[in-house]
Amino acid sequence: MKRWFAPLQMFVCVTSLLLAGCATGPNANPKDPLEPMNRSISRFNDVLDDNVLKPVATGYKNNVPDLVQTGVRNVFNNLSDIWSTVNNGLQLKGRDTVESLARVVVNTTVGIYGLFDVASHLNLERHPEDFGQTLGYWGMPSGPYVVLPLFGPSSVRDGVSTFSVDMPNDLVRQIDHAPTRYATTGLRLVNRRASLLGASNMLEGASIDKYAFTRDAYFQYRRSQIYDGNPPEEEDPDTSQVAPPR
Amino acid sequence: MKPLFSHHITSRRGLVKQFLRGFLGFVLLGTAQVSMATPDASADAFIKRLTDELLVTVKADKSILSGDINKISALVDQRVMPHVNFQRMTASAVGPGWRQATPEQQKRLQEEFKALLVRTYAGAVNQVNDQTIVVKPLRASPDDKEVIVRTEVRGKGDPTQLDYRVEKAPDAPAGWRIYNLNVLGVWLVDNYRTQFAAEINAKGVDGLIASLAERNKTNRAAGK
Repeated sequence: MKRWFAPLQMFVCVTSLLLAGCATGPNANPKDPLEPMNRSISRFNDVLDDNVLKPVATGYKNNVPDLVQTGVRNVFNNLSDIWSTVNNGLQLKGRDTVESLARVVVNTTVGIYGLFDVASHLNLERHPEDFGQTLGYWGMPSGPYVVLPLFGPSSVRDGVSTFSVDMPNDLVRQIDHAPTRYATTGLRLVNRRASLLGASNMLEGASIDKYAFTRDAYFQYRRSQIYDGNPPEEEDPDTSQVAPPR
Repeated sequence: MKPLFSHHITSRRGLVKQFLRGFLGFVLLGTAQVSMATPDASADAFIKRLTDELLVTVKADKSILSGDINKISALVDQRVMPHVNFQRMTASAVGPGWRQATPEQQKRLQEEFKALLVRTYAGAVNQVNDQTIVVKPLRASPDDKEVIVRTEVRGKGDPTQLDYRVEKAPDAPAGWRIYNLNVLGVWLVDNYRTQFAAEINAKGVDGLIASLAERNKTNRAAGK
């Protein structure tokens, strides 16, 4: 158990936010007052990724049998379904709570500790939820954009939720045997990164400013998640400007 | 040592991959060998027909599967563009700056933006494997001029949300045109707006054209 880490991480998070408050640029985006700091952290994250995570993930992807990779992915998805069940419950989504719970039960038993995703074959869909979404669901705004060192894109709401609620409840952190805990955490990270190989180039190739593209996508994506894929429409500013000939 | 990522980061990282898959769906959509001689009665029928016919084509074409970028780009150009209102897409992405631009600048913006997206789609085709696309029931009345068609790309892992904004276009081959695309809750055209506006504020419309051209040049050089 490493519970004492939670307040420490909170502290680091909040401190960096305060420090960054001074770093507001001249043409600040209202959603991104911390842009100069965020950009620096993004660069740091990119360097780390290029030099450590990406090469390791490439090795994993190219050398580990597909069957094993699928099993690993399923086990971690099953763990995250447990937390989704809790958060679906907190949002009082009856059906999604029951389905998420059913997924965990089926995959943990019939699927042998989550190795096989039997639930999906039974048309039990995943309903991923985290505490940031739960807060958003109950009306809390996201607050400014924050890029966290190592963790990547987040917001004040989502970042604080991650550190103070999601992480302390992360089941992998409850593993008492330290080497196992480290190994599991590392494997989860590599599993995630490996699934993105080939995708990361696209982000760079598609944008003229990767940072801004990622930030705007993050806000749209989280909003969509909070509304379970059906956010109310925002006004479409182009329609009035360039009405196609009718 | 502490866990580096927590649950919702999973989904955020997964986002990029699913985003790519979504792009792929769009490419697939475009590269279908469809002869749109007769207009489709409804928007979802339009998307469904494109989708069904395209999957067959792409899966049968070895040069697409092996990532022949030139061929894919040509296909996208030839097959997608008749079904996309590209002027509207570009105008919407550029935002208020569009009306300040001269016709010549608008033409250049459209060319460069198109090149950027075509190249991106072409790159995504490399990921083709066993995806299928399911068109969800349409929630619109028959005389709506603009509708959202919701689809889902299914393959390995979680299904990817892929939605289209489609407008009625009597002059289009299928009677409909796509003018925006949503991958996993992210509307693509909208996502360019802030970047483009910032570029125009800093360097004017010509500055944006130059940045897009530079990006395309880099992409071509990298073979992406």
